[in-house]
Amino acid sequence: MSSSWPLWEVFVRGKRGLNHVHVGSLHAPDAEMALRNARDVYTRRNEGVSIWVVPAAAITASSPDEKDPFFAPSGDKVYRHPTFYSIPEDVPHL
Amino acid sequence: MDLEAEFERAVSGEQRVEPRDWMPDGYRKTLIRQIAQHAHSEIIGMQPEGNWISRAPSLRRKAILLAKVQDEAGHGLYLYAATETLGADRGELTENLINGRQKYSSIFNYPTLSYADVGTIGWLVDGAAICNQVPLCRTSYGPYARAMIRICKEESFHQRQGYELLMTMMRGTDAQRAMVQESVDRFWWPSLMMFGPPDSESSNTEQSMKWRIKRNTNDELRQKFVDMTVPQAEKLGVTLPDPALKWNPERGHYDFGQPDWDEFWQVVGGNGPANAQRIAHRRKAHEDGEWVRAAAAAHAARRARREEGVA
Ligand SMILES: [Fe+2]
Ligand SMILES: [Fe+2]
Repeated sequence: MSSSWPLWEVFVRGKRGLNHVHVGSLHAPDAEMALRNARDVYTRRNEGVSIWVVPAAAITASSPDEKDPFFAPSGDKVYRHPTFYSIPEDVPHL
Repeated sequence: MDLEAEFERAVSGEQRVEPRDWMPDGYRKTLIRQIAQHAHSEIIGMQPEGNWISRAPSLRRKAILLAKVQDEAGHGLYLYAATETLGADRGELTENLINGRQKYSSIFNYPTLSYADVGTIGWLVDGAAICNQVPLCRTSYGPYARAMIRICKEESFHQRQGYELLMTMMRGTDAQRAMVQESVDRFWWPSLMMFGPPDSESSNTEQSMKWRIKRNTNDELRQKFVDMTVPQAEKLGVTLPDPALKWNPERGHYDFGQPDWDEFWQVVGGNGPANAQRIAHRRKAHEDGEWVRAAAAAHAARRARREEGVA
């Protein structure tokens, strides 16, 4: 009885200067309608100044099963953080 | 490590579960049932108030009521979207609703007989919904919790516009004050039923609390609602229709009577005053909208073909 429309993921930029953030999803027949529906569903109170809609099927995500091994390469690289380096306290502006 | 043990450890440690994480079948099923029921309630909940949009007494009240009913549609959509992250099919959920296989909140099976009901619903029904929903902002399933945060932000407008409407009527004529009291008399007990049966009869509570889906029991939330509402009723100048309602200094809470639970089970079972009408209306809206959905899909397909031809 129901024709099913594809699923779109919705990203909203809250204000200029911020990143677009994922807010949810919706169904729409095409990108243009997805944008209009996203405006009505996710920005009824000035929550955004810009919207992206992305076909949900087009998103590639890392797998939650391998969350530890996948992110392991950054786990042992403490030297990527500024606190790794000890500098005498009397050196200014560093 | 054992997946189930790992899951239990994560939720009891207040970690959030996200869509692609492993989860027990029971957790997934419970969530789909609960979130779908919640989504259906938002969608069916548009009807009792929608009934008064064309008869609102001023342009201001009409604009407010339209915005509120539109919000409820939005709430339904946030929640349907959350169920889809669990693998539910949106079309199937709608079918389940109009075929009576899934339920919605019993409160929406009561009719809105006077305009004061618009105010009473905002004050008591949205008020009870807020009590239920605020703890759900910390529910263990991420997409559900995030939907609830958006919803709770919007509900506060719903409750305030209702209370303000009633305050305005209470400053009016005797007939208007009587209309408010009559409306509160009808909605008080059904509002208390919104928290579900007493804990002693609630079959799903224990497991749901363990999984951190539910954060408070039905009776705890009902007590909280009564404690919040009594002072508001006093300020408004209406009487809540419960002779047992009385402050208990030892408990630090109001004592109150029990709703008619036989009536509750009758309404849940489909025999409330407006069950048949609500479902018939939802079914008709869905069927009448089919040509719009089909036309939009045909338009999108034709445009996609044309763009391919050009490229
Ligand atoms: Fe709502
Ligand atoms: Fe509401």
